Amino acid sequence: MTTMNTRGTDETSAEKSVEKKVDEMRTAARPPLDTAPAGDLRSRALGLIVPLGLVVLMACLPLLNLSLPGVLPGATYTPGTLHMLALAMVMAGAALSYHLLFGVAGLLSFGHALYFAIGAYGLGIVMEHLELGLVPAALLIVVAAVVLSTLLGAISLQVTGIPFAMVTLAFAQAGFVLVRKDPGRLTGGEEGLRLPTDYVPDWLVGVADTRNLYWLALAGLVLAFVVVTWVQRSRAGHVAEAVRENELRVQVLGMRPFLVKLAIFVAASVIAAAMGMVHLLLNSGAVPHITSAEFTISLLLMVVLGGVGSRWGALVGAFVYVILSQRLAVLAQLPAIENLPAVLRIPLSEPMFILGTIFVLVVMFLPGGLAGLGLRVRALFSRRSAADLDEQARTPEALVQEDDQQR
Amino acid sequence: MSTVILLAITGVGLGAIYFLVACGLSLIYGLMGVLNFAHGVFLAFGAFLGFEIANAMGATTWAGFAVSLLVGALAGAVFAALTERILVQRLYNRHIEQVLVTVGLALAAVALFDGIWGTDPRFPSAPAWLNETTNIAGANVPNDRFVAILAAVAVLVAIVLFLKKTRYGMIIRAGVENRSMVTALGIDVRTAFTLVFTIGGAAAGLGGVLASHYFGYVSPLLGQTLLIFAFIVTVIGGLGSLLGAAIASVLVALLQQFANFYLSGTGDFAVVILLAVVLLTRPSGLMGRKA
Repeated sequence: MTTMNTRGTDETSAEKSVEKKVDEMRTAARPPLDTAPAGDLRSRALGLIVPLGLVVLMACLPLLNLSLPGVLPGATYTPGTLHMLALAMVMAGAALSYHLLFGVAGLLSFGHALYFAIGAYGLGIVMEHLELGLVPAALLIVVAAVVLSTLLGAISLQVTGIPFAMVTLAFAQAGFVLVRKDPGRLTGGEEGLRLPTDYVPDWLVGVADTRNLYWLALAGLVLAFVVVTWVQRSRAGHVAEAVRENELRVQVLGMRPFLVKLAIFVAASVIAAAMGMVHLLLNSGAVPHITSAEFTISLLLMVVLGGVGSRWGALVGAFVYVILSQRLAVLAQLPAIENLPAVLRIPLSEPMFILGTIFVLVVMFLPGGLAGLGLRVRALFSRRSAADLDEQARTPEALVQEDDQQR
Repeated sequence: MSTVILLAITGVGLGAIYFLVACGLSLIYGLMGVLNFAHGVFLAFGAFLGFEIANAMGATTWAGFAVSLLVGALAGAVFAALTERILVQRLYNRHIEQVLVTVGLALAAVALFDGIWGTDPRFPSAPAWLNETTNIAGANVPNDRFVAILAAVAVLVAIVLFLKKTRYGMIIRAGVENRSMVTALGIDVRTAFTLVFTIGGAAAGLGGVLASHYFGYVSPLLGQTLLIFAFIVTVIGGLGSLLGAAIASVLVALLQQFANFYLSGTGDFAVVILLAVVLLTRPSGLMGRKA
């Protein structure tokens, strides 16, 4: 009896010591406690206040009379300006979804426009032909986007890297051909689809209601931002980032990169479809261009311009892109440019030439995009962000590359 | 029967143009791992310069046609060589950035062509014989198809001879096989990179002039439309495989022609479906190496 008892206590004490060791190891493995909780709190509060303030400011714009000559076509309450800003917000939402694909999961897709177009065309077609109201039609399209993106994503993700880019391009191209062919008079062919206004609430139709559409676009953008942030910070988001850096390693750790990539692909596609629906309402129609590879490339351009991997970069990139592409066309008609010799006039009067050139320059000389530029400027003023920048410069990818070179 | 023959020869002619675009893409990808989105603008540039020179020399003369082919190929080659030297080479080994740079270049160049030549298509004229047809087993086949096929075969033979018989060809073949080993042996592969771009650009420029006769128009977006099919061809053929590209171009073009005719204009879908099937069953393409 006694021996058994002592053995029992021995066991419990052994268990306890093991537990203690595990605890010790856990403490050692825990990230070091933040030494400056006050600063952390401050930056966290700032991280909440700045976006909230921006949203409130953007929400108030239609009620204000501000003008930015050169940047905006008129005062902020005019329908023209509101339409441009709303378009920028829709594109920003789409760029955010592309950021999820390219910036987070490292999936270079050239077919993202397809899902945007499914939102835009799908909503119009479902409202017109199934005679559904706006909300049920939108829900139906979300379901359709989930199904289709799961299916096509599962096929495209059989390959990675550049072949993945080509396969997505091919699928989107099939969609583009379909939209232009106009099967059963559904899509309107080259002319495009007109918004079936009978099924849309009155307060979303017409030039006078541009401000309502503007607020809708703002709400869409905020929702897209929140969802993208949530997905990026979720477990799936972290695994996706790990897959981007080293897929084999993630596989060895016993996780399934395919499912994670598919989840990110579907999430990005659904967000794009949602933004496509807002686009349909905003422009009172859809044109084949939104299905084309050029449209996907413009999303890619926004993300790279703003800085790959940065949500705010994608936002800023989209605004810069939309405003430049709209305003440069106006700029080209200025007499100062019209009177230039042809060698200068022709390039300067093509907005896409200027944007393409800026894009090439950013890729070659400004790897972090506008977000990277912002960090560098901040680093000039404070030492702490300089340290951050150093940390940023050594991304896992860069470390892996260093490692490869040393070998 | 005559319809089938007409479709087959027209299909092979289209395949010839696909091949002229795809061979460069495939070589570039095989050697450098770069998906060259600017390949379509090499083609459009060649087509436009060929169009201009043919008009200047008299587009209906054979001399004008021959010079336009030559100028088209040269224009494509120079444009491609400059692209490689100025843009792509600086981003050595950073594949995604290299792709992005070619995307940006394509955007800028198409816009520039829009500015110079206008967005409306232009219609090239050719020697009278090219616009006539030849009767083969009851099918009236337009003669420009034969020129396209001849040109593509000539390019294929020339590239194969170059790859097999010359020192640079050997370096390129070795580089496609194992680039790090070639570098480790002390051979400067960068010259080979420029060379591959130049060859690809020349083929694309030549293809541009031929495509402008095949489709009957030149426009800044001519290259972009062809580029997508050339991408599909390179994936189906197996990235980096010249022979694969040749087989896949003919296969894709034939499928497209026949599906367009017999299955009420579904050619483009048939091609995408073929791509999906090939990827699911043989992810590395018909002639590609196993990944």
